[in-house]
Amino acid sequence: MAAADFCIQLKGIHKSFGTQEVLKGVDLDIERGATTVICGESGQGKSVLLKHILGLIRPDRGEVLVEGRDISRLRGAALKQVRTRFGVLFQGVALFDSMTVFDNIALPLRERSRLPESAVAAKVGRALEMMDLTGSGDKFPAQLSGGMKKRVGLARALQLEPDILLFDEPTTGLDPVKSHDVYRLFFATQKKLGYTSIIVSHDIPKIFNLADHIAILHDGRVRACQSPAELQRSRDPFVRNFITRVMGTAHDSQRECVNQA
Amino acid sequence: MEGLEKLGRWGLASIEGLGRSALFLVYTLIGLLQMPFKIRPVLRQIQVIGSGSFLVIFFTGAFVGMVLGLQGYYTLSKYGSSSALGAAVALSLIRELGPVLTALMVIGRTGSAMCAELGIMRISEQIDALDCMAINPYRFLVVPKLLAGLVSIPLLTAVFNLVGIFGGYMVGVVLLHGNAGAYMASMRASVTAVDLKMCFVKSVCFAFLLVWICAEHGFWVNRRPWGFGAEGVSRATTSAVVASSVAVLVADYVITSFML
Ligand SMILES: Nc1ncnc2c1ncn2[C@@H]1O[C@H](COP(=O)(O)OP(=O)(O)OP(=O)(O)O)[C@@H](O)[C@H]1O
Ligand SMILES: [Mg+2]
Repeated sequence: MAAADFCIQLKGIHKSFGTQEVLKGVDLDIERGATTVICGESGQGKSVLLKHILGLIRPDRGEVLVEGRDISRLRGAALKQVRTRFGVLFQGVALFDSMTVFDNIALPLRERSRLPESAVAAKVGRALEMMDLTGSGDKFPAQLSGGMKKRVGLARALQLEPDILLFDEPTTGLDPVKSHDVYRLFFATQKKLGYTSIIVSHDIPKIFNLADHIAILHDGRVRACQSPAELQRSRDPFVRNFITRVMGTAHDSQRECVNQA
Repeated sequence: MEGLEKLGRWGLASIEGLGRSALFLVYTLIGLLQMPFKIRPVLRQIQVIGSGSFLVIFFTGAFVGMVLGLQGYYTLSKYGSSSALGAAVALSLIRELGPVLTALMVIGRTGSAMCAELGIMRISEQIDALDCMAINPYRFLVVPKLLAGLVSIPLLTAVFNLVGIFGGYMVGVVLLHGNAGAYMASMRASVTAVDLKMCFVKSVCFAFLLVWICAEHGFWVNRRPWGFGAEGVSRATTSAVVASSVAVLVADYVITSFML
């Protein structure tokens, strides 16, 4: 595949916090216009990896190329210019807690576009409706449930029609119906806008239908980055083990429910 | 040996802290120059700093003036010069106590709040979120506070002085039956434009220092040795209040020695 097909490339990323080595040489290529899902056990460094792509954490070694430019070396205006293309959802959502839900979603529009206030209000109103938050516009983040916060964060991230989406566990804390809706929304808007998305997720069986590539992060490295079909057919013992373990837990817990009934 | 190592680490941390503060200031000033300029956040901060502190400043000003009137009256009348009471009260207020005490009150009331607010935004990743949205956090969060401080602290200082002079009058003239005409006349004769200029220069410098130090402590709370979390914020706030109060007093000495 030609290099131009990748919009983000991680090359040999090493990162330690104190004595703890979190990333030990991560290589990952993100294809343009596709959905890449990063999974892996808790504490393996998925969120840290995402923050490297955002330029919030600088690697000890290695480079993070976004459109061919090393984001860990960019500063000031150049960094800002790259970031205008990102739409981000943090694992902790990071809503502005002294602003209402409405103002949170409106903030990127007010600060980065020249839309008049009436257009901003209309756009935010549509976003609230889409995320099933109508009537919560005047609430503050502290007055929302966990799942509602996630949806506000999603609405905020999508406001400026970014072309690279980075979502850290977008559906954790949502009920199955809502998380399904969120994924459907991704799909629909991605078809329309053609953005590249990187999603950290634990929804293993569900994301198999959604992802173009699945990267498994384990022990500081990306152990496999393949399409879901390839992954399920893989002969690599580590991948097989991972799949059966993940699928197995889903299966076992189902059976337990049946047994209890 | 261990002591030496500790000293070295402390030295390095201090130098790093100074560099960080200087960079913080540079980035804030760059944010200040970025267009378009938005007035609304500044007005909101003026409301927080200015009108929120008004009552506190009013009462401290009144009582400081009254104490000055009382002390001044007894001291001066020992030398038979109680007619100079107006001059004594007005000069001590305008040249020293007004700017310094206003700044200290604002540090306690608003500087600590500024630090805690920015610190919480830092540890809950809200500042990172701003960064990722390509919104300059210095421009969005710090610049309005700085401008509001530069506008409202000199005004609060003026209020402090005015109320203080009136408080001195109440004690020295109304309560202790001093000479009303002499109070006003001695004040008018001794307060010069230089004194007023000194008062203004001081209050502007103090405003600048206190916003800078308090905001920096909160903004970079995660770079401090005590780290993250609620305790990190609370320690940063304590340290911001101490550091900015000391800075105000040191600056007071320096400015006085230059302008006298
Ligand atoms: N700022 C930091 N300082 C020190 N250690 C950190 C920091 N951020 C993350 N870590 C460590 O890095 C490791 C990876 O953390 P990370 O948040 O990336 O996990 P994760 O894969 O996202 O897990 P989860 O699925 O639970 O969100 C953890 O062991 C964590 O303790
Ligand atoms: Mg995580």
